[in-house]
Parts: sequence; structure tokens; C-alpha cells
Amino acid sequence: MSETVLVIMEQRGGAWTRTSFETLAAGQRLAAEMGKTVSAAIPGRGVDALANEVASKKLDRVYAVEHELLNDYTADGFAAALEELIRQVQPSIVLFPHTYQVRDFAPKLATRFNQALISDVIRIRNENGPIFVRQLFQGKLNADVRPGGPAPYFISIQAGAFNAESLEAGAAPVEKFVPHLKAADIRQRPQAPFRESTGAVDLTAAEIIVAVGRGIKEKDNIPIVEELAKALGGELAATRPVCDSGWLPIERQVGSSGQTVSPKVYIAVGISGAIQHQLGMKGSKTIVAINKDANAPIFEVADYGIVGDLFEVVPALVESLQSALVAH
Amino acid sequence: MKIIVSIKEVPVRDSQLRISADGRWIEDGDLSYEMNEPDAYALEEALQLKERHGGEVIALCAGPSGASRTLREALAKGADRALHIEDEHISSWDTLGLARLLAKAAGPEKPDLILTGLQSDDLGYGQTGVVLAEILGLPHATIIMAAEVLDGSIRVKRELESGWFQNIEMTLPAVLTIQSGINKVRYATLMGIKKAKSKELKALAAGDLGVAASATATIERIYSPQKVKQTQLLTGSAREAAAKLIEKLRFEVRVL
Ligand SMILES: Cc1cc2nc3c(=O)[nH]c(=O)nc-3n(C[C@H](O)[C@H](O)[C@H](O)COP(=O)(O)OP(=O)(O)OC[C@H]3O[C@@H](n4cnc5c(N)ncnc54)[C@H](O)[C@@H]3O)c2cc1C
Ligand SMILES: Nc1ncnc2c1ncn2[C@@H]1O[C@H](COP(=O)(O)O)[C@@H](O)[C@H]1O
Repeated sequence: MSETVLVIMEQRGGAWTRTSFETLAAGQRLAAEMGKTVSAAIPGRGVDALANEVASKKLDRVYAVEHELLNDYTADGFAAALEELIRQVQPSIVLFPHTYQVRDFAPKLATRFNQALISDVIRIRNENGPIFVRQLFQGKLNADVRPGGPAPYFISIQAGAFNAESLEAGAAPVEKFVPHLKAADIRQRPQAPFRESTGAVDLTAAEIIVAVGRGIKEKDNIPIVEELAKALGGELAATRPVCDSGWLPIERQVGSSGQTVSPKVYIAVGISGAIQHQLGMKGSKTIVAINKDANAPIFEVADYGIVGDLFEVVPALVESLQSALVAH
Repeated sequence: MKIIVSIKEVPVRDSQLRISADGRWIEDGDLSYEMNEPDAYALEEALQLKERHGGEVIALCAGPSGASRTLREALAKGADRALHIEDEHISSWDTLGLARLLAKAAGPEKPDLILTGLQSDDLGYGQTGVVLAEILGLPHATIIMAAEVLDGSIRVKRELESGWFQNIEMTLPAVLTIQSGINKVRYATLMGIKKAKSKELKALAAGDLGVAASATATIERIYSPQKVKQTQLLTGSAREAAAKLIEKLRFEVRVL
């Protein structure tokens, strides 16, 4: 067992998934706390240039995990390639960015080592061994999780939880690793990614966004928030469940599977603030939350908050705006 | 087609959660429970596939005895029968142990398809379906937004980040983890609720399945998160709070 933390970096068609570097920063932090080294691995085809780029960070070693069958992502291909690498390198901990791709193969990979992936981790501490902090109940509570059983431990890191700016520079050797993959062992046949023909709604240009969540209760209540958006001269946006229910079109969805916005003001109305929603709006300059539950996670990122019933607060806002208009 | 749908029962969404005395889980005695949201979509997908291709839908849940309510609901919506792995402390199993329990119940049924939700609302590991697939030696795909059964195989639409999708084909049997919004969930009819009473709901004791608890991930403590931002709370009546907010937007944020 080597004392290295192995970070699996994600790229697509030669372009980095940004959170890979945040995960690398998490790796450096963990290694510093636990007295370990960090290595990085990049699975794919034609990843030399990317491997050389990562080699300029403070790392023990960079593995370019190269194979023709890794050109298109498949769960079977990635799990098999990384299983082989991990058996050779024998890291004590393996870190991944918590992306949709990682969700697809990392649990499978961990199972092969009789481990469960500790997913979507937001903080790491050392208390006689590593403690990984993750969210429960859609962000309403946190949990300290201690890994057990034979190493390696498998951990995925939440987007935005660690700062890629804090990465230490260095010079690491690059090693090519060619796994023994066979086309016959890969059961998924993937086709090229595509986008659905999107409607004309571009929320990224809006300066003011009024976003509505399930707190609005039913489709017939949507005009209540629509009116506020109109009074502010802003765009209307929504959480996923609101779009899933067909109350607003999917083009207005904000979050990890929808649009990413950073307006001057984002007003979250009846939105709990789950991480997948926050990922799409955390970058807003000013965040306002209106929610009846003072413990809703949205208040963790809000600059201004009103704890109250949206059905009273939102009409009062519209009224207040109208009378202010008259006064000015 | 024989389809198994894995369904978890979770506290209803707006529950006020209190941390239990030992600090390791919530006080769950007096909470209300419901079907985990993506699992309701998974059940609907299974029912629609059965309507198109014929066969059988089996609902599978590991949970305390009370979770039989949620299985009855699945039967009322149209599942043909249900398997209930009973364990009063289901949240103390880690994913590996839990998936091994589910595999013990699901494996002998030799299903053509297993559907799970993509994520549970309480633990939120987002991985039980994938682990189950690996234990059963089946191919899988996650975050599924459409499924079409072909001859001996299945074509699914995977959700990728930021509005991208990808189609994938796999041979059957297979495991899919279903994303919310894949379909429009039906309600149980009165007739369905009546019929459900006579459908088979088989209880299996977790202890009899021969699965040793693994301890690869132990929850040592749960607690309320610390705020990262200082939120200025605007108080008073709805009217007063609203007026304060407009003032802030005008003079501090300067957007009006
Ligand atoms: C892979 C994946 C991708 C996802 N992608 C996205 C995404 O892109 N975008 C997204 O939004 N979600 C996404 N989700 C879902 C996400 O996890 C949450 O389930 C969702 O954001 C919750 O939406 P909500 O806040 O509207 O609903 P809830 O969580 O149900 O919150 C409703 C809120 O309204 C409040 N409320 C109720 N009544 C009132 C009232 N009268 N007055 C004031 N407040 C009230 C409640 O206190 C509660 O906080 C994704 C999930 C997964 C697993
Ligand atoms: N105790 C359980 N009983 C039945 N299915 C479960 C259970 N726990 C998790 N699942 C299934 O696995 C999915 C993902 O759960 P998780 O990995 O906890 O996020 C859920 O949506 C369910 O379909």
C-alpha cells in the first residue's frame, strides 16, 4: 500500500472538467493533513498534453491512462481501466470530482474493492484518520463520515467545495499507463452527446432573476411570481421540480442540469436551495431568499432573507415596488 | 418483461428534522413518510414499459415494518406484487451492505430490468443502483430521461450536465437509475387502492438473507450546517419586510 492520494481527473475531448482542479486541491489538502503524497490520473485517449499540464502541480506522479476504448466514456471501460491502475498504484485514498460521469462509474469501481463511495463530500478533516463531511436531507444536515474496511477509500468531491486557486505548483513525472481493455467487455454502446433544441430563453443575460421553487404549490400560482419578475424588469426562472411538473418550461430551469446564471440579483422564492440548484446560481452578485423555513439551505448563501409566507411577501413586494415607482 | 423497481421510503419533504440523542441520525419516530421522489418516477416508467411490452412489475423496498405503506401505494398504482426486506434500522447499513440485501431479493427473480431512483432524498448517496448492478453482474446506465426497449436490448437517454444528453444502448438484463421528470407520474385510483389489498406483499427479514453488515462508511455525527454567508434577515410583517427589501435593492444593491 503506497501512501498516495490518487486524484482521478475528468476531461472531455481534450477539455478539462473544471472541478477536476478543485478535486486536486482537495487532494493536496488531504495529503498535507495526513502526511501523504498526491498523484493524478487522466483517463482518455490522447491525453498527453493534459497530463503535461497537470505535471506542473505539486504531485508525486501523473498517470496518462491511455486507450482507444477510453475515447468515448463508458461505465464498463472506465471502471475496468481504473481498477487496473488502482491495483498497480495501490493508493490509500482515491478522489474524484462529483460529476455525472463519476456518479455513473465510481460506485461500480469502489464495489470491486469492497468499498462504498463516500459521495459528494464538502469538507475533509483529520481525527485519528480522515473524516469526510457530506450533506444529508438535501443540505438540511451535515454528516461526519468515517471510512472503514481495507483501503483504498473512494471519495467524490462536491463542485465548489475546494478552491482550485490554492493549488501548489511543482514538477511531476508523467507515466503512461495502458490498461488491458477489450471491446467485448464493454456492454454500453454510447452515441454522441446532443442538446435538445432549446427555446429562446437565455437567462444568462438577465440582470435580475426571480426564481420560483416548489413552495409555489401549483401551476395556477405561477402568475404571483411572474408579476414580481415583471415589476422588477427581470426574467422568471425555476427549480427542476417546477419544470418537471410542467408549471414552467424546462428552458427556465436553473441548476446543474439547467442553466448557470450570475445576475446582479437572484431572488429565490419558495426554493429550498439543494446543491444541484445552488450550482446554477451561487455566482449571482446578490442573492435574496424568501422561504417560510428559516433552516432552508438557501439561507446559507443568501445576502438578504425574508422568513415568511411567499403568498404574503411576494404580493407585498409588487405593491411596494408600484408605490415606490409612484413616489420617484 | 419482468421489471423490479427499487423504492425507498423517506421522511416527507417539509419535515422538521430533529437530531437524535446519540447524534448519529434523526428522531424518526414521529415523522411522516413518503415514496422517495425519483423512485415514484421509476415506478411510473416500469408501469408504462409493462403497458407497452407486457410482463410484471415488482416493487422492492428495504426498510422498517412501516414502509409497507409505501409498497401498498406502489401496488395501488399498478405494481403486481411487492418484496419488503424488513429492518428497523435501515439507515445504519452502508450502501454496500444495503445493495447486497437488495441483490439477495432481486437476483433470484431473474428480472429483465431493474429500475432505481437516481438518488435518495435522505442519504443522497446517488449510487445504490450502480452498486446493485455490479453485485448482480449487470450493465447499467444512470440519470435516465427516456427508455425504449428493443429486441433483447434497451436504448436509454442519459442526462449529462448543463442541458446535454446522450443515448446509450445496452443488452438486457440491465439496471437503470431514473431521474425525476422522465414521465408524468400517475395517481392511485380508488379501484387501484382496493385491488392493492389483495396483491402479494412478501416480507423478508434482513437478518435471514445472509448479508453481513459492512462498515465502509460510518456516520459518526450529524449536525446543522454552518452558514458561509451572513444573511441580513429582513423582519416585520410581510409588508414591512417587503418595503425593507425594496430599499436594500435600491440603495445597497443599486439595481432599481
Ligand atoms: C443529478 C441531479 C440533478 C439535478 N438538477 C437540478 C437542477 O438543474 N435544478 C434544480 O433546481 N434542481 C435540480 N435537482 C433537484 C434538486 O436536488 C432539488 O430536489 C430541487 O432543487 C428542489 O427544488 P425546490 O427547492 O423547488 O423544492 P423543495 O426542495 O421541495 O423546496 C421547496 C421550498 O419551499 C418552501 N416553501 C413551501 N411553502 C412556502 C411558502 N408558502 N412560502 C415560502 N416558502 C415556502 C419550503 O420551505 C422549501 O424550502 C437535481 C437533482 C439531481 C439528483
Ligand atoms: N432502503 C432502500 N430500499 C429500496 N430501494 C432503495 C433503498 N435505498 C436506496 N434505494 C434505491 O436506490 C436509489 C438511490 O439511493 P441512494 O444511493 O441512497 O441515493 C433510490 O432512489 C432507491 O431507488
